Amino acid sequence: MTNVDGSIREPYSILDQWLKQQPAEAMGVMAADAEAIFRRLGITFAVYGSNEGTEKLIPFDIIPRIISAVEWRRLSKAIEQRVRALNAFLHDIYHRQEILRAGRIPEKLILDNSAFCPEMMGLDPARGVYSHIIGVDIVRVGPDDWYVLEDNLRTPSGVSYMLEDREAMLQLAPDLFQRLKVAPVDSYPENLRRTLDSVAPPGASGAPTLAVLTPGIYNSAYFEHSFLADQMGAELCEGQDLFVENGKVFMRTTMGPRRVDVIYRRIDDDYLDPLTFKPDSMLGVPGLFDAYRAGNVTLVNAPGTGIADDKAVYTYVPEIIEFYLGEKPLLKNVPTYNCTRADERAYVLEHIAELVVKEVHGSGGYGMLVGPTSTKEMHDIFREKILARPDNYIVQPTLALSTCPTYVESGVAPRHVDLRPYVLVGDQIRITPGGLTRVALKQGSLVVNSSQGGGTKDTWVLED
Amino acid sequence: MLGRTAQNLFWLSRYVERAENMARLLEVGYRMSLTSRREGGASEHLVSMLQAAEADEAFNAKHKQADVVSVSQFMLFDETNPSSVRSCLLAARTNARSVRTALTTDMWESLNSAWLEFAALDPREVTGSRLVELLRWVRTVSYRYRGALLSTFLRDDGYAFSQIGNFVERADNTARILDMKYYVLLPRTDLIGGDVDIQQWTLILRAASAHRSYRHVYHDRYKAWNIADYLILRPEMPRSLLFSYSWINRTLDMLEEIYGGKGRGHAAAAEVNTMLDGNSMDRIFAYGLHEFLTEFIARNNQVTEALAESYNFY
Repeated sequence: MTNVDGSIREPYSILDQWLKQQPAEAMGVMAADAEAIFRRLGITFAVYGSNEGTEKLIPFDIIPRIISAVEWRRLSKAIEQRVRALNAFLHDIYHRQEILRAGRIPEKLILDNSAFCPEMMGLDPARGVYSHIIGVDIVRVGPDDWYVLEDNLRTPSGVSYMLEDREAMLQLAPDLFQRLKVAPVDSYPENLRRTLDSVAPPGASGAPTLAVLTPGIYNSAYFEHSFLADQMGAELCEGQDLFVENGKVFMRTTMGPRRVDVIYRRIDDDYLDPLTFKPDSMLGVPGLFDAYRAGNVTLVNAPGTGIADDKAVYTYVPEIIEFYLGEKPLLKNVPTYNCTRADERAYVLEHIAELVVKEVHGSGGYGMLVGPTSTKEMHDIFREKILARPDNYIVQPTLALSTCPTYVESGVAPRHVDLRPYVLVGDQIRITPGGLTRVALKQGSLVVNSSQGGGTKDTWVLED
Repeated sequence: MLGRTAQNLFWLSRYVERAENMARLLEVGYRMSLTSRREGGASEHLVSMLQAAEADEAFNAKHKQADVVSVSQFMLFDETNPSSVRSCLLAARTNARSVRTALTTDMWESLNSAWLEFAALDPREVTGSRLVELLRWVRTVSYRYRGALLSTFLRDDGYAFSQIGNFVERADNTARILDMKYYVLLPRTDLIGGDVDIQQWTLILRAASAHRSYRHVYHDRYKAWNIADYLILRPEMPRSLLFSYSWINRTLDMLEEIYGGKGRGHAAAAEVNTMLDGNSMDRIFAYGLHEFLTEFIARNNQVTEALAESYNFY
């Protein structure tokens, strides 16, 4: 919230005043109200491997994170550039593979990658779009200095929190909205619907029939699946509700079979279709991939998009942007050390206490090391891990993530945050002004994942 | 609408209705056990209530002695009892969760908050006045859900499946209570009835929340004949078989209009109607009350099966 010299950054000045006007006990009451709202609505997520009940609330912080209009314009332009390049990359990788022929990315890195989906070769998705729904994780480390931590091009989650956090804030602090002009986020479901409609297969007649495909009520993001289906007016389906006949997809309704045109699937590639991918999958729909290949249904996102958000491919995104768009990247990548190179590995092993180590295929903040906040024992453990499997880890410097005032037990205190804006790609690119701000609630912590004690905040993009 | 959604809405309503019925039965059993003056009388009333809830066998398999604590714990909290209030509320919420998009926010919140409150209870603390308070609360959960359904739900096929589920369950429950106690309702020569009869009649009426409205309708003391008439054939009695079926028929007409035709459920419900419409207690007693109720319960079940087949429940 503050500049390096300690002064309040401009967009935060009104919030700062407002915070100072709140009576001491008001914040506690607001926090309790917020929790009650979320619990009643059932906005929960499941924690895998947790014994105490299956559903938990993600902690919600009542102090919004604020981004100025100028900052947002620059940011959204940069994000748009990135997703255009990544979709172009996916199209190329599943067609002529020019970028590999040009030697800009090592062939082995793509073709031997488990996220590469050979079944997608030569297939032409509607409008040439592979990743329709994208969440880009970024952090701010200084004035106008943003870094991308990772791209999420498979099935990014969390957008329902963006929407519900806003609903909660409108209930909790209506007076703040009167003082600040906050860009609305509630057009997201409508824009999602438009995006999905725009990529319906050419054969679909009239208004396309949309389905959200969920693994079911025990999935950690089930709330979000039902929320989005509801908001879009799409049918929320499980695998058993769909079937394929003559290369077309139908759902089982009370009035018999009904043709489905677009499936927003929230199940992983491997589980989509037991006939093409994992044969023992109970979640998918037998024959779905064939219907997709025949152009009779659109899958959102397309299978195989994971090749573009792989942590090892991440380091090549600046190359990718230049290769396909001929432009300089507007958003920075975090410099990343490649442990398979002897000189970089030596540097990493020596400086591990200052660095962040992530598993190439890890997610959710599991199995990672944040050097500066960890112990000597953990440093040694990770040194051994890297030596044993250098290709399984990427290593990055520890970024000085920006902080945002956050209500914690001791009162209002700064905590580190990141930001995941949501991007929709169909007939056009739509970016919702805002996104999901995740906050590391533990003092000094840099890990914002909900599975590791992170919370969320409403994100306010100001209008001019 | 997905067949699975229709099925979930149907069963969701059934479970809510069942939770309400179980709470009402337990309240009756508890009350009668308190007022009993005879040695062993309290236990007999509780056993009698367990029978009416068709939970006596499952109870006996776990407990030697039927006392207020063991019976109320079994009826409220026991996870192995599929009709315990806990099992019903959990099943209702699980069904609701999987069809959340088909419910209004008010309907979902009524079930979600009910389950969260219930799950936070410490069963050991639920005794005495807390027990009665809790049983009333269970009934209000059902009222809240139905209130939200009636005042916020779109009058579409989802509404129809919810209503049919509700009244199929209610009819089943009323028929079972009558059938468990049918022998105290049979016409006999001693028209006045002994103390035991009166107690049993009170149990039946209270289990249907009908002990006071009975007076308004009959202006008379409790009589077996009237009680059977009240719960089977009175159109104004909201838990009677006839009342339940008038709702089911109306809702099936609505489905016919929405879907542009009848399904097998219509034929199955029509068969039940022939048992109720224009029938009289004279004829029912002549046919045999127990036989009548057994047949009703079976045909009522067939309505569920026919709906499942017609509308792709799976």
